[in-house]
Amino acid sequence: MEVNIWIFILLSLIKVIVVTVLLLMCVAYTVLLERKLVGRIQNRWGPSRVGPFGLLQPLVDGLKLFLKEEIDPEVVYRPLFILAPIISLGCALLSISMIPFGPDITWHGVQLFQISDVNIGLLILLAIGSIGVYGTALSGWSSNNKYSLLGALRASSQVISYELALGLSLVGVVLRSQSFRLRDIVAVQSTHGFLSWNFFGGFQFIAFFIYITAAYAEAGRAPFDLPEAETELVAGYHTEYSSMKFAMFFMAEYAHMITIGCIATLLFFGGWSSPFANWLPPFGGVVLQSLMAIFWFIVKVFFFLFLFVWVRGTLPRLRYDQLMNFGWRFLMPVAILNIVGTSLWLALRAQ
Amino acid sequence: MHLVLFIIFGGLCVAGALNLLFQRHPINAALSLIVVMSSLAVLYLLLGAEFLAAAQVIVYSGAIMVLFTFVIMLLNAGREDRTHGSKAAYLVGIPGAAALFATLVYIFLSYRTQLGGASIGNYLVTTSDLSRVLFRDLLLPFEVTSVLILVAVLGAVVLARKEH
Repeated sequence: MEVNIWIFILLSLIKVIVVTVLLLMCVAYTVLLERKLVGRIQNRWGPSRVGPFGLLQPLVDGLKLFLKEEIDPEVVYRPLFILAPIISLGCALLSISMIPFGPDITWHGVQLFQISDVNIGLLILLAIGSIGVYGTALSGWSSNNKYSLLGALRASSQVISYELALGLSLVGVVLRSQSFRLRDIVAVQSTHGFLSWNFFGGFQFIAFFIYITAAYAEAGRAPFDLPEAETELVAGYHTEYSSMKFAMFFMAEYAHMITIGCIATLLFFGGWSSPFANWLPPFGGVVLQSLMAIFWFIVKVFFFLFLFVWVRGTLPRLRYDQLMNFGWRFLMPVAILNIVGTSLWLALRAQ
Repeated sequence: MHLVLFIIFGGLCVAGALNLLFQRHPINAALSLIVVMSSLAVLYLLLGAEFLAAAQVIVYSGAIMVLFTFVIMLLNAGREDRTHGSKAAYLVGIPGAAALFATLVYIFLSYRTQLGGASIGNYLVTTSDLSRVLFRDLLLPFEVTSVLILVAVLGAVVLARKEH
């Protein structure tokens, strides 16, 4: 089908703007969700004063960060000091462009529920993740501060170590769906409701736990938040940052959380497919069905965001040597065993 | 479209390489190398080698260069002093480099009909094509290479081990 180039560019631009705005709103409200939930876990209310149930809190927080004074210390290496938060936030926002949010519906030859449908979407996500390390590494170094440097070293060594386990844990999923394309991976899982999800029917639950652990470490979330351990390192790599530059790191962390939730949903929990896919007769028109798909996707992603906060409220922080031992001596071998097991199972089944 | 992208990223690649040579601060040089490698990945993508492009970013820009920047950060290497260079470099190095460049250009231009070609934007190698070649047609070279890498890994472990 011939696609008019101008319509394509216009629709793509609209998609990018809508997704970016929605993502940033989600980031703001994930912060509120976290503060509320952690509050309840610790038996207190959390923010409740600004607006009904504290719902306007994220907007006011954003305004506060905008209005804060921007302090640039004298001794920083300025080009990289400015570049580092941009890299962090850029990579965090970029990876959402690969995520399909709903079924393959095209309008004027443009897919509605995905910014770009790439053959190697999964690899691109890994590649963006591996570039994101530079944000933290450079911020720590260019701050010219010992705490920042130590925090950055911890953060980057943690990310590189857990990247291996993370990449290896995805191989089982790729083996099952025989494609790196995220739509194909979801298509394999949408045949028999939740029984065909990789987590249940694909026997990838070990891979899922490896993925989610490694992803927590990649995002620097509790219990792997040593890079910014307040008691040891002040605030880690972003000690010297203030105002919007700090906010960029902050937004990057929460955008990263949302992306991880999306990827876990797509790879292990059937993406936008409903858990009762083929048992209920199809109802409603195209619009209702795609709305249902989006609904399921959002429910699953919300579950993962909840899990993030729940884990943070529950588990204490690991020590650095425990972190490294766990990553290299436990997660890596288990991930490799999972690849071997999955390949054997698939080979036996194919006969 | 493809040609425009090729010119942009080819230019970026060359600019990054030149910047790598002229920068005096090691960390800037390392960052220029990252630019070079990432724009090479885009060039691979334009030639249709999608897996190679992703692997280039993951392995080279993402993993190896992080180690480079790590080492530079840990050594806290400062600004390098510029020297005038040795006479030998001027007398032998520049003509030698020019001669090597000219020879390579001559060879590539004269054998271009016999070499396999890939043109911009219409040649897509999927990951399964690549793995078919790698794991079936070229299995022995692939395995030999992996043994070589294994030996190198073991060597690194032996060298890095503390003496008891």
